[in-house]
Amino acid sequence: MNELVATLAGYSSAWFGPQWGPPVWVFVKTLVLILVITLPLFGCVAYLTLAERKIIGYMQVRIGPNRVGPAGLLQPIADAVKLMFKELIIPAGANKFLFVLAPMLTLMPALAAWAVIPFGPEVVLADVDAGLLYVMAITSMGVYGVIIAGWASNSTMGFALVCVLLVSQSLNLSDIVNGQARGRFAAEGLNFLSWNWLPLLPMFLVYFISAVAETNRAPFDVAEGESEIVAGFHVEYSGMTFAVFFLGEYANMILVSALATIMFLGGWLPPIDAPLLNAIPGFFWLVLKIGFLLFCFLWFRATFPRYRYDQIMRLGWKVFIPLTIVWLVLVAAWMQTPWNPWQ
Amino acid sequence: MGAPDIPPRGIEHELAERFDAGTLRAQATADRVPTFWVQPERLLEVLRYLKRDAPGPYPMLYDLSALDERTRVHRDGQPASDFTLVYQLVSFARNADLRLKVPLTGDAPSVPSATTLWPAANWYEREVWDLFGVRFAGHPHLRRILMAPTWQGHPLRKDHPARATEMGEYRLPADKELAEQEALRFRPEDWGMRRRTDASDFLFLNLGPNHPSVHGVFRIVLQLDGEEIVDAVPDIGYHHRGAEKMAERQSWHKFIPYTDRIDYLGGSMNNLPYLLAVERLAGIEVPDRAKVIRVMVCELFRIASHLVFYGTFAQDVGALSPVFFMFTDRERVFDIVEAITGGRMHPEWFRIGGVAQDLPRGWDALVREFVRYLPPRLRDYDRMVLRNRILQRRTRGIGAYTTAEAIEWGVTGPGLRACGCDWDLRKRRPYAGYDQFEFDVPLGRNGDSYDRCAVRAEEIRQSLRIVEQCLENMPQGDYKADHPLAAPPRKERTLHDIETLINHFLAASWGPVIPPGEAYAAVEATKGLTGYYLVSDGGTAPYRARIRTPSFPHLQMIPLICRGLMIPDLIAILGSIDFVMADVDR
Repeated sequence: MNELVATLAGYSSAWFGPQWGPPVWVFVKTLVLILVITLPLFGCVAYLTLAERKIIGYMQVRIGPNRVGPAGLLQPIADAVKLMFKELIIPAGANKFLFVLAPMLTLMPALAAWAVIPFGPEVVLADVDAGLLYVMAITSMGVYGVIIAGWASNSTMGFALVCVLLVSQSLNLSDIVNGQARGRFAAEGLNFLSWNWLPLLPMFLVYFISAVAETNRAPFDVAEGESEIVAGFHVEYSGMTFAVFFLGEYANMILVSALATIMFLGGWLPPIDAPLLNAIPGFFWLVLKIGFLLFCFLWFRATFPRYRYDQIMRLGWKVFIPLTIVWLVLVAAWMQTPWNPWQ
Repeated sequence: MGAPDIPPRGIEHELAERFDAGTLRAQATADRVPTFWVQPERLLEVLRYLKRDAPGPYPMLYDLSALDERTRVHRDGQPASDFTLVYQLVSFARNADLRLKVPLTGDAPSVPSATTLWPAANWYEREVWDLFGVRFAGHPHLRRILMAPTWQGHPLRKDHPARATEMGEYRLPADKELAEQEALRFRPEDWGMRRRTDASDFLFLNLGPNHPSVHGVFRIVLQLDGEEIVDAVPDIGYHHRGAEKMAERQSWHKFIPYTDRIDYLGGSMNNLPYLLAVERLAGIEVPDRAKVIRVMVCELFRIASHLVFYGTFAQDVGALSPVFFMFTDRERVFDIVEAITGGRMHPEWFRIGGVAQDLPRGWDALVREFVRYLPPRLRDYDRMVLRNRILQRRTRGIGAYTTAEAIEWGVTGPGLRACGCDWDLRKRRPYAGYDQFEFDVPLGRNGDSYDRCAVRAEEIRQSLRIVEQCLENMPQGDYKADHPLAAPPRKERTLHDIETLINHFLAASWGPVIPPGEAYAAVEATKGLTGYYLVSDGGTAPYRARIRTPSFPHLQMIPLICRGLMIPDLIAILGSIDFVMADVDR
């Protein structure tokens, strides 16, 4: 593999000369890596929609889509084809530029954040030291898409992550994962007990609930509120503009689940430090954990009634933020005691 | 409703003491509801006395409608009248109704509006204006309510055509289409609303007529200040099919299928008030077995309707799953209904004097299985819906009204009992044999959306109890009265007796001829009190069939209970009212 990369880099220098060769190579290599991440991601989004319809279908004594392909497996492709060939309708009174920009603004950050997500040890597009900050900055931009399309949101998600930052003493996402392999329980092989979710349980819950709210999913889906405002901000979007909103929402769901996995569930680490489990590639564990969290998203949607807008605000400002601040102080104090579990 | 001040005498004595004979004239009716004629100029005075001053007052304006008397033949002893207004009041202290009739003459009659006494008279008076062309002086917004705003004529007048084929060809050229659309535009000034104050500009938002949470075609125009609802104007009539007009050209028998579709979730239960009124007019006594079969089918339909309510209410509050479970269980009810009647949602199965057929073999096993199956499911549903904390937070204290307000606005059924008012027609005035059954009347306390749901959830259990009692105690006997107006004569007589044969021939070709008279009958339907006020002129069809539905006044109340709340609250309120637009518009 490394030889192949070196050979390709050599070709680049040969064709573009010693001065232009290396930068062109970096550009091409990054472009290919981006495609390697985003194209499977689009596939995941497509099949997440199918999974959602199937899983919620079974929870609601229905079968879900089962007409296109065996057991409905080609349904997402049929949907994608349909959306691509549908007419783009732009309302007469709309600002055309902003109207088309809004869905892109939703999707773009949801994709850009993936640059720093580590899929395994050393497997990351950009191993930046301030990865966490980058993710927070990029994901908060996604809100603008919804605002421009018609709605606003707030964020307590980032706050909950400060605790993670505190205990792992790094903003680098790979370091955060590796940090969870240390600790009292990890020393005894019980890896999953020293992941951040247990000592930081309240923060994990705050983070995950906020993540559900951040992605406008039930029970916080007031921006689309089916029974109230009937799809809300994207009601006037059709064809691909609608599909891009959809991609953005689902890519975001996968992203926040991936972040939760990295921050709280030990990323690519196996749950128990046993030879058999260690033999399984870390990527598998990562996907398994993300899949579990995504299932929770769907499960919530099939279970809960919708909160009212002001009730979400109250939950965020009056419950989560005070709780996070108190827990932050507690954790800081805890780390100074001999019972510090992160040593 | 306490009963300490029930006067010892009937209201006719009180009225006779208070008003002279020239003011009030009593009329005998087949339903024995005290009925008095009052001249229009004394009307408000009498109404005010009955509502406020009479011992055992009549605080609820239960119904207000009219009839076109111009072609009626049998009016013995009644004052001269071209149009007659009919006010029906309810006294809870007396547990009695009272009917006031106002004779009006001329082609464009006018009476003083009762909206000053009862705000609930507003929609009723608009309806009478719309359908009969009777003006109400002093009404704040006397405009059409059921018909399109551009409609010509007043459809329930006898000279208005009943079928499209009797009218000119319908055309919709572009200019007319624009005019029709323009007529639907909401102008706040028409309703005395301001577009802005010094502090804020209001947003006027159309919720509906096509919106998933308005349970049909129903428009509510909202005046919004930010997220807050300042005021609301419900706009009905999109589902108006003219059921009352249809009754006047169907035979007594053939109108039964139309009643199924009034409250289309109530199925056969809709037949019952119509048939009770017809049977009262004709003096038909229904055999016991028919009574119990009717009660059982009605209660099965109450369960089906309440299950739909339960699921859609949860859905309106945002829980997506319960509705699927409840619709699946409703299918089980329909399976039983189908086995018994052959139909599912609208079996049109009750008949004058009984039901269409006897119960099929094996019906008891089906019912028994269902009675065992449902209670554990209901416990699950309570955990899913009523005990869900988000749902509680969304619906407790939302859309609350007091018993006094409920009575003032004509609220009946579970909506009234959610306030803690113990008023169930099945207990208070048992009809169709309900006095033979043991069941409780579930009550709420706060009259809010949550209590309205909780009351209905418990009513499902009580209905199951009644169904179980029907199952265990189904009497033997006929499923239909052996009465010439209800059943064909017995074969052995038709073949020996020419009179009976002629009667059979006429009954088969014309349908029954119901003796002249007036009768009203109500049932505790799924959504409140549904009543039919039938006037027979001795013909083969009703001269007038007034359908009093519970949802009509319930919707009128919406602005009162949604002011100051947000749109999601309004959706929860709409869900909790449990209406279908067919029941409102008829």
